[in-house]
Formats: sequence, structure tokens, C-alpha cells
Amino acid sequence: MLTGEEPSSAGGPGDAGTDDDEQLLLALRRRDEQAFALLVGRYHARLVRLASLFVANQAVAEEVAQETWIGVLQGIDRFEGRSSVRTWIFRILTNQAKSRGQREARSMPFAAFSKQDDGGDTEPAVAPERFLPAGDEWAGHWVSYPQNWRETPEDRFLSAETRALVQQAIDALPPNQRIVITLRDVEGFPSTEVCNVLAISETNQRVLLHRARSKVRAHLEHYLEVV
Amino acid sequence: MATAPVDDLACQELVEIVSDYLEGALPEAERERFDAHLEVCEGCRRYLDQMRTTIRVVGTLTEDDLDPDAKDQLLQLFREWNRT
Repeated sequence: MLTGEEPSSAGGPGDAGTDDDEQLLLALRRRDEQAFALLVGRYHARLVRLASLFVANQAVAEEVAQETWIGVLQGIDRFEGRSSVRTWIFRILTNQAKSRGQREARSMPFAAFSKQDDGGDTEPAVAPERFLPAGDEWAGHWVSYPQNWRETPEDRFLSAETRALVQQAIDALPPNQRIVITLRDVEGFPSTEVCNVLAISETNQRVLLHRARSKVRAHLEHYLEVV
Repeated sequence: MATAPVDDLACQELVEIVSDYLEGALPEAERERFDAHLEVCEGCRRYLDQMRTTIRVVGTLTEDDLDPDAKDQLLQLFREWNRT
């Protein structure tokens, strides 16, 4: 269907499905229900998951995701293709989540983004005792090397147990770090899109991502050592 | 190795700029320092590999199961919108 139409240039490189999203959106403009069903299948579960990063509970997250679809339908004739369809949908979601948070006068994770770059988190990526102390000839170098994960069977990393542990590690992060690692590394958004959606600088985003990834790595390392 | 990396970059510093390295955000001189350190440091090579593996495992967490009830509700929403 719809082949031969010129896909918009808005889709970013390496963003599989974006061109197809454009086609679905064009079809949706013509009130094509099948196109809507396909977009919903592609994005709804992710919208709910992302909404749950910003609001109090799962039920509210479901509502925010549903409101997002209403926003998509209402805004479809105004979408100009300056961003990818995905970014546009996710921006509607974050706006819905923000206004929902304001209505309910709850302290929102968004507030954390307006503070200093690291949200006041000064925890080092790796515990200081893992490095030789000042005064040592090799000060600042590893006391003993980290494990070589290339010797760890791939199954270990992809087991349900390991992935559950990694999810727990993400859930335990401060909200701003949790949001950034979820958008970047779980959802695979490019950094420019994450910065746009959250309205934060590249530097701020990188600091948050660094802290998040470092903590998740530490959890994973600990888990692999113990078991 | 003839040259000890001590003066160049300590492992403790490297672990704090590893994300900038992976994001391609290090200035060229810094990147060269980073690469030079990796050449001589097995510990940091392993650390970098751990970070890459962590990112990869985090990337497997997507679960996109759509609850059929939710889908029906949304299609209902679409039909209402379509009538207006």
C-alpha cells in the first residue's frame, strides 16, 4: 500500500519504521482505521511505559497514553513533518504527562531537569576503593581489574533473571536519570530527540545518562559476581 | 610498555568520561588520550566492554505487548473521532 509516495525527509538515520510511520500518518489523515490500529500496535505499550515514568501510577499512565492518542487525532491535520512521527507522538505524551502532573499538583520528575546538570548527584561511577589511593605510584589505577565479561556466557546477560535485575536497577534510579536511560537505551531514541522531548541540553542529558549507565553497570557487575 | 600511562589518564578519571567517549562527545585530544590509555590498560578495556554490554542488555528490555482491551478502547476512540 501507498508505495510510490515520497517519504518525508524528517526521519532520522537508523530509525527503522520512521518512513513507514509517515505513510501511516498520511493514511490516518484520510481517516484510515487500519493505519490507526497499526500505530497503536506499534506505540501504545511504549507510551504507557513512558507515561509511567512521569505519573503516580499505572492507571494514570494508561489515561495519559489514551489522552496522547486523542491529541494525535486532534492534531493530525496540523502535523508538519518537521520532526519524526515518533518524536511528535512522544512530545504529545510528555506534554500530557506534564499538564497532568500540574493538575494534580504533584512534584514531577520534570522539576528535576530544571536543577543542576546532575540533579545534585555526585556519586562516582565506580567506588573509590576500587582504585589505588593518592600517594601510591599507580594512584587512580585499578586495585584489581574488573571482570572480563567476554568470558561470561551470553545467556547470562540475556536471561530473564538478569533482565529483571537490570530493570530493577533502572527503577531504583533518581527520576531524571531513569527517564533519560529509558528513552536513550531502552527505547533507542537518538540524543537530539531526547533533548528535544525533555527540553534539556546535550550536556545535561549526557551527565544523566552517564550516571544512570554507571549505576546499572555496577548492579550488573555485583550480580554477576555474587551468583 | 616504555611509557607509563600514570601521568596521562588515571583509570579513575577514565570511568567518568567513558560515556562522553561512547557518545562521541570527547574533544579529539581527549579521545586520543583515552585510546592511548586503553592500549595499555586491560582493566579499562574490560570496563569499557562492561559499559557496552550494559547498554546492550538495557536495550533488550523493550516489551511491546498490547492489551487487547486497550486496543479495542482506542479503536472506539478513533471511531468517535471519525464521526465528528
